[in-house]
Amino acid sequence: MNVKVIVKGMAKGSILIAKNPLNFLGGIDKKTGIVHDKNHDLFGKSVGNKILAFPFGIGSSVGAYTIYSLKYNKCAPLAMICLKADLTTASGCAISNIPLVVANKNDYDSLQQDKEVVLDAVTGKIL
Amino acid sequence: MELTKEEEDALDGKQGETLALAYRTLVAIGEASGSDKLIPIEWAHLSGVNYNTIGDAGRDFLSHLSQDAKFKVKTTVNPMGFDFDSVSRYNLDDKFIENQRSIKNSYEKMGAIPSYSCIPYEIFDVPKQGTHVSFAESNAAIYANSFSGLKTNKEGAFSALASALTGKSPCSDLRDDNVRKPSLTIRMKVESRDELTYGMLGYFAGKVAGSSVALSGVNDLDRRSCKSLCAGMGTSGACGMFTFGEEEGEKIDFDKNEMQKIHDELNTSESGDIITLGSPQLGLEEIGDLAAMLKGRSFKKRCMIFCPSAIKGQMRDLGYRKEIERAGGELLFDCCTCLSPLVDNKEVDSVTTNSVKGAYYLRTSNKVDVNLKNLKNIVEEETK
Repeated sequence: MNVKVIVKGMAKGSILIAKNPLNFLGGIDKKTGIVHDKNHDLFGKSVGNKILAFPFGIGSSVGAYTIYSLKYNKCAPLAMICLKADLTTASGCAISNIPLVVANKNDYDSLQQDKEVVLDAVTGKIL
Repeated sequence: MELTKEEEDALDGKQGETLALAYRTLVAIGEASGSDKLIPIEWAHLSGVNYNTIGDAGRDFLSHLSQDAKFKVKTTVNPMGFDFDSVSRYNLDDKFIENQRSIKNSYEKMGAIPSYSCIPYEIFDVPKQGTHVSFAESNAAIYANSFSGLKTNKEGAFSALASALTGKSPCSDLRDDNVRKPSLTIRMKVESRDELTYGMLGYFAGKVAGSSVALSGVNDLDRRSCKSLCAGMGTSGACGMFTFGEEEGEKIDFDKNEMQKIHDELNTSESGDIITLGSPQLGLEEIGDLAAMLKGRSFKKRCMIFCPSAIKGQMRDLGYRKEIERAGGELLFDCCTCLSPLVDNKEVDSVTTNSVKGAYYLRTSNKVDVNLKNLKNIVEEETK
């Protein structure tokens, strides 16, 4: 599928899909990458070393620093796929050098949980 | 986005990881906001300075970045959490102080002018009309667009930081003259006019407007009301500028009822344990006004007054400082009402202020109740 590139890069790994929007500042433990927001559908799971798909980010723009901390603590996603590029996620991925792409609604809905994919955030493709 | 060869090289890391990081940020924000190119900016004003707002993650990021990063254009910075000169008088834990010192050192190492002020438009000379700048402090961005003839988006901490490192910004939103032309007019219908009314008008406008809004029936703004209007607007929404007079398109009235709704939302107490003045920080003119209003009077309770250290010498030389301190006012520099750890909910339950922006953050971040009152009434009722 074709996607819009927000932050360039390449990644290969399995997809972790979140149904709910993600609040990086309040919802994820920056030392472990584990989602600790009890009301989130990924509660208890780690976003580390996954290709993380979620609709968009919510909450404080300081959440961008949380994304950076995840990378620094080696528990960041390999790449991210969003429906809508919010500025917190975009800037967080940019400062952390994590590839970020935006998929259209139909393509996003066709993503499969745990599927191994190659995300090419240079030419804008998910294979 | 269309990048020049030089920008493309920097993005690919050919000029080092710091510039690659900065260009990645500008391109990501540009792609997300539908921009087609980068344009030069002359001045960046950064937010994300107070340890209370960026925490350990922000402190660490800035510390790593400052190892080899240097700002390329004039860069000024927002207030910190406290004033280093007076911090020993407050009950603040050493860890907070050390974390704040680390952030301060990182910014200064990268070449920031240590202004620690949210009113850069009052303490620095303003560049010529139409100059592009990158202001992350919302009241300053709105003031720059609406009064100073400058062009900026209501930047975030990262877009402004990337602009400081590169001297560039994505050309989107309010950098486009078509977007700057408002399609909504708010008609000011409230008769009593003071800085509190204008703060609430701004707060209302921020909620209902898009990128830009026209205000009609407003022609009597003094400096205090101007700043209050900008700060109120910056607090409640995404709106980044206003113009005066009616425009074509939709019109909404700001009347007594609408104002009452905003008042009810922000005012949660009939009185305050302490008073805070200065969100945005008070400049020399407002400090002079305050000193004159306080002649022969003294505060009945603690009153914290926040200002930039750039005016420290002038306010002393002009006798303002002596007068305010005689009246019991507590002057604090380099910090601001908003998110200051000096207003601690273990010590105070409620705060009286004339700032709508202050009211919002005192309630949501400091978790104290707020009593809104204009400055005239504060001086009449809270001093003897």
